[in-house]
Order: sequence, then structure tokens, then C-alpha cells
Amino acid sequence: MANMSLKKVPMPTQDPQVRSHNFDEVALGYTPEMAMEEAARCLGCKSKPCVGGCPVNIRIPEFIAKVAQGDFREAYEIISDTNALPGVSGRVCPQEVQCEARCVRAVKGEPVAIGRLERFVADWYREHGDETAARPASNGRRVAVVGSGPASLTCASDLARLGYEVTVFEAFHTAGGVLVYGIPEFRLPKAIVGEEVDKLAALGVKVETDMVVGKTFSVDEMFEMGYEAVFIGSGAGLPMFMGIEGETLAGVYSANEYLTRINLMKAYREGYDTPLKVSRAAAVVGGGNVAMDAARCAKRMGAEHVYVLYRRDEEEMPARKEEVHHAQEEGIEFMLLTNPVRILDDGKGRVGGMECVKMRLAAPDESGRRSPKVIEGSNFRLEVDTVVMSLGTSPNPLIRSTTPGLEVNRRGCLQVDEQTMATSRPGVYAGGDAVTGAATVIQAMGAGKKAAASIHAYLREKG
Amino acid sequence: MVKIVRKRALNSSVTLLEVEAPLIAQKALAGQFIILRLDEQGERIPLTIADFDREKGTVTIIFQKVGLTTQLLSELEEGGVILDFVGPLGCPTELPENAKRVCVIGGGVGCAIAYPQAKACRARGIAVDVIAGFRSKDIVILEEEFRAVSDRLFVMTDDGSYGERGLVTQKLQSLVDGGVRYDAVIAIGPVPMMKFVSQTTRPYGIPTLVSLNPIMIDGTGMCGGCRVTVGGEMKFACVDGPDFDGHKVDFDELMNRNGLYRGQEARELERHDCRMDQMARRLMGRKK
Repeated sequence: MANMSLKKVPMPTQDPQVRSHNFDEVALGYTPEMAMEEAARCLGCKSKPCVGGCPVNIRIPEFIAKVAQGDFREAYEIISDTNALPGVSGRVCPQEVQCEARCVRAVKGEPVAIGRLERFVADWYREHGDETAARPASNGRRVAVVGSGPASLTCASDLARLGYEVTVFEAFHTAGGVLVYGIPEFRLPKAIVGEEVDKLAALGVKVETDMVVGKTFSVDEMFEMGYEAVFIGSGAGLPMFMGIEGETLAGVYSANEYLTRINLMKAYREGYDTPLKVSRAAAVVGGGNVAMDAARCAKRMGAEHVYVLYRRDEEEMPARKEEVHHAQEEGIEFMLLTNPVRILDDGKGRVGGMECVKMRLAAPDESGRRSPKVIEGSNFRLEVDTVVMSLGTSPNPLIRSTTPGLEVNRRGCLQVDEQTMATSRPGVYAGGDAVTGAATVIQAMGAGKKAAASIHAYLREKG
Repeated sequence: MVKIVRKRALNSSVTLLEVEAPLIAQKALAGQFIILRLDEQGERIPLTIADFDREKGTVTIIFQKVGLTTQLLSELEEGGVILDFVGPLGCPTELPENAKRVCVIGGGVGCAIAYPQAKACRARGIAVDVIAGFRSKDIVILEEEFRAVSDRLFVMTDDGSYGERGLVTQKLQSLVDGGVRYDAVIAIGPVPMMKFVSQTTRPYGIPTLVSLNPIMIDGTGMCGGCRVTVGGEMKFACVDGPDFDGHKVDFDELMNRNGLYRGQEARELERHDCRMDQMARRLMGRKK
């Protein structure tokens, strides 16, 4: 008998007052009882609308049915059949616009908590799964994967399962890409990312860190080295700035830099050498997940006031609802319909405040989105000593500038066939932010998956 | 991980390390840099490549002890290892086409990076004058190396304890006033020195290249920490540089941004009564 409660089983979380001073995970995860209770809310629809909303097509009703029965091991097998990183996606996917948005239960009440159940299953398996995946027999063919973020890890995993000898080349000293440098510990513990990478190693995937493709060697040289196909998942590139006065003052960071200092370089931990400015009041400009991460990090690093400035209203914010909600609980101060005009010098070359202006939303334009307009004369001064710009990124130039024949679009993103993820160079495939510009982890995973299937087809045909 | 095959103290605060890094040695060109990290707790710091040997597969770095990382680095011995060593990053130096005569100017530890520039110019058959400036005699480095790759070497010291007394800009001014025609000047050293060299050459319209050293983390075009204003535009030293047209760089802004953590570093030093103790612990930890 289905559980007909209109609400999801609530997720236990750390108290906001406590967690805003630590980097431990915010959401604590379901107990087996909670998971089974929530799983019982799934109606097991024949049409499975949720599966169509998942970029990697997890067989959602099937795994939830197993959770409801208490067969968590089998639930894990079902998820991991199509998803190489369930512990990651269960935590960071924007389920409210994907699988859960299509859940029949959402017609009246809350959708089934698919994301929380996925996370539960992945965590249960981390604790109870014993057997390491059998290493597939090698087919002797080598494929190179550039970058080690979600697109690359997914592509590498799928190819390794098919018997390819895969080598992942990562520019940083740690594998994981945005999962380690971008998303903070309190949202995605790095131990989980590390274990997902270890699982790849168990499948025979080699990970080479400190390798900058486009500098240490080129894509062409990878073919000379004997790789028969290359997947490029090199991720986001240079951060964008607003082009306003004062952006080069000391104390203005890009979100990439701010988060990398904290998450990858562990500036928050005693004993680590990477410095970070001590802030009294910080302003984060932008309304995406990255802005939420930066704001919540600033709070945890001890800033008394942390403001998020967004030029539209809350409805239009691209961040996951849960992140916005968690940020609000932690005391992040949202200044919506607000935009910076210039950053002020304190007289010593450092941030001494920010001049802002209020915005209003005009009627929807051709794109259907309501464009923000400045309210003249609404200028005011915000007292901050740190500014973090979280406005997205433009693609990294290193690979496109060193790979002849690799076509890019007007914005500099790698051009691919959307069905196959093939680039303009035979044998070279790409996916993730390098192709789309800033997008989500799960979209990148979906692209990595598609590319793996295409590489397999390409190499079989090539013979 | 790379192994240190040669160590040489060039003066009391400047050290040379030659490390085994065949992939980087294969690709390195004058003007490029590496990023290194000593151990798990270490920060990532950029250092310009001072020399490379493609046959031996080695890369040489020369650095001054200025903070914890460079201090720890200078304590490493031959046979020791550096956990992460990444490169070659940045764009190689591009001299004006058909350059016949250049002046390479190094200031202090900047001479370590000026040296491969002089060497590369000489290898291309370009006439090279080198002006190397130091505070005083006891910190003069690479004199023999410079002599070997230059047509003329002028060593300048602030206090006159060695070579000629005066600033590198004074020497440059007198050479230019004396009728020497340079097709380009390459200046590498402290930011103020590069700023004043650029000011010296501006009236003569001599193309002037400077190698910038902003704060950096990844070095591959991701963090944006190394942004500098060049000709009114935002540039990223890691992928657009590190060499830029000295006549267009906003040096004051760069100096200001580089000073962001200076106060913090000083406070750190105060907080630890004995910094050496901490370093010793770290070194022991790494050897385990």
C-alpha cells in the first residue's frame, strides 16, 4: 500500500546555527526506515515520467521499489547500471527541475524525494557494499580522457566497463574537477568523490594528475602516444567579471578562485598553507549554485555579514531551491533586484565598500525572460570588505588553441554533434562545461555517457 | 612527483634546484613557468623556468626565500622530491620579428628568469646586452652564466660594492643616449623595476617586454586570480602571459594586488614563535 502523505519524509540536517561555523555536511541523510517510508510514496507509474527527466536515465521506479522492500543492494545495482556517480548526483542534482519535476505525486503535494533516496542508496552501499567491481577483460584499445570532472569520470567509467584501457589526464593535483575544487565539503564530502575515483581505478582506469593537455602535451600527441580516441571534458574556463570600476582591487575574487582556495587548497583547515582574506562582510554577486556555495563558504570562514546580490528576483534565481533555502537558514542576506555599480577603494587599494543600484523587472523580452532594468537614483552604499564575482565562465583556451581543426562556437565553446558528442576532429569527443559553458553536474555526466557510447561505436567501426 | 638532481645556493637567500621533469623539459621555452606544490598541505606557487635540458630531461628553477613555501623548498636536498610540478605553463616569449639587438635586464632574483631570455636570444643569433642589477655584491648571481650568453654584461649594484653603482634604468638610459639601438628590451625583476624600465623606454618607442608574477592558483586559466590590466583590458597572466607589453601594463594595480596577503603572512610569522619548528615538523612529516 502506497504511503499517501503529501509531504516528503523530511531530511535530517545539521542545525543552521551550528553548521554555519563548520564545513561538515549539512544534510545528514535518511535512515533505512526513513528511506523505506519515503520509497513507499512512489506509485510505480507504468509511464515512468521521472526517467525521462533524468539526463542519465536511471531506472527510478525500479530502484525505489527495491528500497521500499529494503533490498538496498539491488537498488544500488539498478542505479549504478546507468549512473557512475550516484553518491555525487544524489547530493548535487537539481532534482526539482529534472526527475522530481515530472513525478506524478507532485501534481498534488510534494514529489517523491528521488534525490534523497538515490543518496541514501549510494551511502548505504559505501558502508555495506563489500565486493569491488570485477575488472572487465581488456580489449587492448586505449582511450584518453582529458579532465576528471563529472563528464570525464562518467565517460571513463562507461568505457572501462566496455573493456577499454582508459587514462584520465587531470591538470590539478587531485582528480574530481569541479567536484573537488568547486563544490564545498559541506555539500559534497571530498571522501565521497575520492571513493568514486577509486572505483574507477578498480575498473582499471589510470589517473595521471599534474598533466595539462594543451601544454604538457597536445591532443595530437595523444594520438601519437597510441590513444585511439580522446574525450575532452576540460570543464569551465576563465571567470567572467562585470567590467565595473574597482574589480581589480585587492579583495575582489572570482568565485572560482575563492572556492578553489577553500575547497581544493583547504584554506579553511589548520596546517594548510594557502591563504584567504579574512572578511568581516562579504558580497557575492550572482544567483547560481556557485554563488550560494561561495556565500556559505564566506559565512563559515567567519564573515559576520554575507550578502548575495542578484539582479533579478528569487523566482528567477538559477540556484537549486534547497541551496537557497539552506543559505537563508544559515543567515546569508539576500539582496534581490540589486546590482553593483562600482567597487570602492578603501584608500589603500583594498575593497572599501560597494555602490549598488536597485533593479526592477521589465516585461518579458523575445526570450520570454523578464529583463532587469535599473531604477534611476536608487544608488546606495553597501559596507563590505570582500567581493566575490560569481557570474559564470568563458571556455578555457588551452585545448582549442593547440588543437588544429577543432571547431568552436561564437562563445569559444567546443562544437559537437549533440547526438554523438563528436567534435569536428575524427576520434575526438567532448562534453560538459567545455561544450555547454557553465551547466550542472548531471548534464555533464549525461554528456560523458553519450560520448562513451559514441566512442565505442566509432572504434568498433574503425576496427 | 619530481626528484631534485642538483641544488646550488646562489646566495644567502636564492637557491637553484634542477629537477627531473622530462615531459616539461621536452616542451619548455623561454618565458614559460611551472606550478609546484611541496606536499599535501602545501600551497601552489608559480615559478618561471630558469633553464631546461631536453636531453637530460631536467628543468631548473631559481627562487628567493620570501615565504613559507620558498623557505621549505630551499631546505630540500638533492635526491629529495617535490610532490607536484606542473607545466610548462603560459606563453613563450615572443620577440619582435627581425630583432637584431636586444637588451635583457634582470633585477635581483629576476635575473634567474632573465638568463634563459638572454640565452634564447643568443641562440637565435641576436646581439644581447645584459644589465643585471643587485642591491649589493653579496647577492650577485649568475654572473658567469650571463657573461657566456651576452655580448656585453653590465652588473649594477645599488651601493656600488660591485660592478657599477646605480640603477639598471640609469645604465639603460646611458646606453640608449650613447647611441645603441635596441630592437627590444626584456625586463624581469621586481614590479617597480619593470615599471621604471618601461617608463625609460617609452619615449624612445623601444618595444619592452615584462614578465609578470601575479598571485595565481591553478595556472591554467581557471581561477582568474592572476588578472592584470594591460592596455585597459583585463588579461590573465597564466594563459595570456606571463609576458606583456611593458608600455601597457598597469604596474601599480599589480603591486597592490600582490600585496593582498602580505599582512596576513606577517601576522602568521608573529603567531608562531618558532617558525623553524613548524617547518622541521613538516619536513619530517614528508619524509615518512
